[in-house]
Amino acid sequence: MTSIEHKAPRRSLWAKHKIFETNSIILVIGVLLVISVGGLVEIAPLFYLKNTIETVQGTRPYTPLELAGRDIYVREGCYNCHSQMIRPLRDEVERYGHYSLAAESMYDKPFQWGSKRTGPDLARVGGKYSDEWQRAHLAEPRAVVPQSIMPGYPFLAKTELAVGEIANGLRANRLGGVPYTDEMIAQAESDLKAQATPDHPGQADLEKRYPKAQSRDFDGDPQRITEADALIAYLQALGTLVDFKLYDDKANIR
Amino acid sequence: MLIAAACVLPLIVIAALTENSGYAFHAMVGVVAALVGVVLIANRCFDGSVAVEPQEIGGKPNYNFGPVKFATVAAMFWGIAGFTVGLIIALQLAFPDLNFNLPWTNFGRLRPLHTSAVIFAFGGNVLIGTSFYVVQRTCRARLAGALSPWFVVLGYNLFIVIAGTGYLLGITQSKEYAEPEWYADLWLTIVWVVYLLVFLGTVMKRKEPHIYVANWFYLAFILTIAVLHLGNNVAVPVSILSPKSYGLWSGVQDAMFQWWYGHNAVGFFLTAGFLAIMYYFVPKRAERPIYSYRLSIIHFWALIFIYIWAGPHHLHYTALPDWAQTLGMTFSIMLWMPSWGGMINGIMTLSGAWDRLRTDPVLRMMVVSLAFYGMSTFEGPLMSIKAVNGLSHYTDWTIGHVHSGALGWVAYVSFGAIYCLVPWLWNRKQLYSLKLVNWHFWISTLGIVLYISAMWVSGILQGLMWRAYTSLGFLEYSFIETVAAMHPFYVIRAMGGALFLTGALIMVFNLWMTVRSEAAADAPRADIEPSPLAAAV
Repeated sequence: MTSIEHKAPRRSLWAKHKIFETNSIILVIGVLLVISVGGLVEIAPLFYLKNTIETVQGTRPYTPLELAGRDIYVREGCYNCHSQMIRPLRDEVERYGHYSLAAESMYDKPFQWGSKRTGPDLARVGGKYSDEWQRAHLAEPRAVVPQSIMPGYPFLAKTELAVGEIANGLRANRLGGVPYTDEMIAQAESDLKAQATPDHPGQADLEKRYPKAQSRDFDGDPQRITEADALIAYLQALGTLVDFKLYDDKANIR
Repeated sequence: MLIAAACVLPLIVIAALTENSGYAFHAMVGVVAALVGVVLIANRCFDGSVAVEPQEIGGKPNYNFGPVKFATVAAMFWGIAGFTVGLIIALQLAFPDLNFNLPWTNFGRLRPLHTSAVIFAFGGNVLIGTSFYVVQRTCRARLAGALSPWFVVLGYNLFIVIAGTGYLLGITQSKEYAEPEWYADLWLTIVWVVYLLVFLGTVMKRKEPHIYVANWFYLAFILTIAVLHLGNNVAVPVSILSPKSYGLWSGVQDAMFQWWYGHNAVGFFLTAGFLAIMYYFVPKRAERPIYSYRLSIIHFWALIFIYIWAGPHHLHYTALPDWAQTLGMTFSIMLWMPSWGGMINGIMTLSGAWDRLRTDPVLRMMVVSLAFYGMSTFEGPLMSIKAVNGLSHYTDWTIGHVHSGALGWVAYVSFGAIYCLVPWLWNRKQLYSLKLVNWHFWISTLGIVLYISAMWVSGILQGLMWRAYTSLGFLEYSFIETVAAMHPFYVIRAMGGALFLTGALIMVFNLWMTVRSEAAADAPRADIEPSPLAAAV
């Protein structure tokens, strides 16, 4: 007698995919699991690996005037044409200065590293040009750089800076982890005015709260504080906080 | 209705109290939208037509195509708007006086308007419209919900209006492709959840045993965009009276979140969603089954798994830690394969129907879109290699790459789908003129070729000029010299854009004439859906 073994035909692996094709909820769960992995692996460690942000001297939150200026930079969409991220490549370091550190933008909300250089990188533009140059250039770029294709922003110097929400602005930043103190928030509006007014008595306190803060009339009109005051104050602060003569590259190799 | 009515008063209060005029304008837009919503719903309740639409009529599903029609028209409207703004900003780069030095017309505010109008307004309406069409057809079921599909299309377009006018008024987060501020983001979240529920609800009541492959892609697109949107936009508003917010993330973490979002807006909005379109419309138009069922399984899971990792290639050589950059590069290169899997599956669907390319310009448009998809998904991995990226990053090469994908792939497959959809939706025998489709195809193809080749040359040229050294070891060019060298290519690019816009205008005319033509006596198309199982298993 011969017995024929009846093996159930081995179900192909492909047939197992049926479970996803016939159960919408299982498909949903499958998709969610599959798309979670990459994000978790790449993002989560950035919050706890200590070497993500270098240890450096000099970084501090923006002064209220610089923050207001940064908000104008954000409002006008400057990131569309200007990066704030110098890469560690020979020509970039020669053109723009020391390559950018993560620590230098640790209080930036949002980060403005950019993705396009229709205009030059601005990560270290602070102190590179005079206030007068910045003023003239913002109002009419081609008056200063004939071949420039940048739009003009003459309205900034004509528009009074809105300061009503500045303390709330600092508070919102603090909720997101920027170490503004109660004192900084309480003094936000007066600090802002002190920084843009020549010889203001509040400047000493301002500098104590925000070391290296530059105080002067930025827009050439000492009578009032305009959006140009704020934006130029921000530009002049960019890249000036960390002293690279003291910075030790080797200590932060990642 | 009660919710909409309840929104009116607080919005008026906000409009009255805020010191930001743009925000006040948006609050008033919200008031008008809420009132219109109340009136529409009230009308429906009181004129007696509230009777629930039957799910089936005479044993056939009673499809709900109203929202699909609306989204189709909206897509063409926003498409033309977005292409026009694109042409304007291209001209601004060539002739900067066109910025007019006014806040509302400056490049910095118009460029996000262009990107959002084409990606989210044009692309988004195409995706919502086609997904509502395809999910009904392939499930043989009426859209879930009576009001909710309308809420999705109208609510989404309200979001577009708020976002777009916001940029012009200076209300923006300045996070690329995620510019809308907190209140627009909140509104989008509500709309998107309803979108997911409508889509999933329709899939759940399907009469077909299997969920068709196009719906996997739509589902992955809807789910992932929800996750990305929430992750990247967690923000603290300055106050209820201010449109401004500060994100919860900052600096390097914000950068990683942003490009995890940004690259997957490409991966899931502009790829998975449009692959879903490909999986329905290409086989339908070619009247052939999908080339390979197994390939669609493999490339679906591989695509959605790998795409998510690719974000860090936007941050090569930045202050993002090297390990993350390396991961991003590795996965970006691997991404080449599942991308080409999709392309092969689409193109090979024409096996046995290649002659149709000669006679059917709509099908030709979709097949060429797949060719562009294949090209830009090869170029992408190439540009994600750090050594290449060192040259290409920050230059026009990136812009050219994006446009070969956006114009060649996304727009072309959308045009093809809309050319198919309009006669189906409005019950017309065929398009007004296939000859005009042919003109559209050739004019816009010439436009794309001009655009991307101008950007290749200008991008690589500028990248090389930045790193050029003289024999004495000095940088050879000042930055402004490299800007001046771009001028001729910016002019050519604008010409390419003008051609592309011209093609789209021809399309609008063609569609308009199609809708105006006589209705067909009976439905022009057979009710046979492409089945994934029809292909050799």
